[in-house]
Amino acid sequence: MSESEQPVDLKSYIRLCAVVFVVVLITTASMIATSYANIGHGWTLKVALILAIAVVNAFLVAGYLMHLLSEKKMVYTVLIFTVIFFIGLMGLTMFAMNDFPPGTATH
Amino acid sequence: MEIPYTVKNRPDTGLYNAKLGIWLFLASEVMLFGGLFSAYILLRVGAPAGEWPHGWLDVRLGTVNTLLLALSAITTLLAWASCKVREFGKFKFFHACTILLALTFLGIKSYEYHDKWIHYEIQLNNGKIADGHFESAVYVNQASKQEVEEHSYRGNSFSQVAGGTTNNYQLASVTIHGHVVEKHEELMDLRSEEAKKAVHKELTIAATDIKKMENYGPRHNTFTAIYFTLTGLHALHIFGGTLVIFYLWGPGSKMWKTDPERFTNRIEVSGLFWHFVDLVWIFLFPVLYLT
Repeated sequence: MSESEQPVDLKSYIRLCAVVFVVVLITTASMIATSYANIGHGWTLKVALILAIAVVNAFLVAGYLMHLLSEKKMVYTVLIFTVIFFIGLMGLTMFAMNDFPPGTATH
Repeated sequence: MEIPYTVKNRPDTGLYNAKLGIWLFLASEVMLFGGLFSAYILLRVGAPAGEWPHGWLDVRLGTVNTLLLALSAITTLLAWASCKVREFGKFKFFHACTILLALTFLGIKSYEYHDKWIHYEIQLNNGKIADGHFESAVYVNQASKQEVEEHSYRGNSFSQVAGGTTNNYQLASVTIHGHVVEKHEELMDLRSEEAKKAVHKELTIAATDIKKMENYGPRHNTFTAIYFTLTGLHALHIFGGTLVIFYLWGPGSKMWKTDPERFTNRIEVSGLFWHFVDLVWIFLFPVLYLT
């Protein structure tokens, strides 16, 4: 049985939501602090750190609010294909980053 | 005829049909936004050094919107949980909160769009650039030579029919609240120390001094183009989701009396969509506002 099919206790959901919201507050504040911090290495390291924090935030929403931590096998099957295609898309993006057509400006 | 598997799970998928449907739809949505994120990456890494803007968006407003969406995701979940425990009154309350939070989000987004729309970069004939928010423009009636003050920019000239006569107006001057810079690069990083020191004041520029005037709309540069595309598509999703949630909160809630389980499933499906919209914003906020 997936989590959404189990008997629900409203009070426990309110507690869960309070915890999720506090963590969202902390992660959002951390992202903002990181973006203003003087880390060095230009924007590359900052972007990586900020996106890593965003992934934590996304995990909370998907895992707890969307019940993805305890879903049915069919949902995971759909999402596995999505992840494969998404990785493929981003892989093509990375592959194309330095692939400037002849005659265009490179920097 | 009764539609099968609106409440009970199909034996082969283990899910009721609408739930499988929404997950397949969300999978396609991942690819839609994925394509635009891919475009963002290519535009950003392809931008010449120092030509990608930083600090152009208001982090405070972005943060407020992040928290509003996070709260709305929570109220959506609680609305569904209220249905599960058969507390219809609480469902109504939590979903009303979701609608209000969503409308506030859209209101803030509209304010941000308007702010970009009235923000102009004016290239001057002396090579300098005036940058700031539009306040007013003075136009001269070409026949009577009378001056007219307009509070929206109407281009270099415009025509207006009044009392059967066509009046032609020509731009005489523009007033903005901003500052003048020597080089275009000075406008790219608004988080730099130099940019923070800039003093903004009311500037009136004669039309004869203006070489080119353009607002920070989608065609201004690749950043504003991808910013408006990504956030515009996201705002459309918010708008669509709000309409569905409003329907389920209002006229659609009649189903609660006849088939509460099916109604609860509808709330779950709309909630999954809403959480996805929140997920997209979780990445849009850092990508556009913070980096």
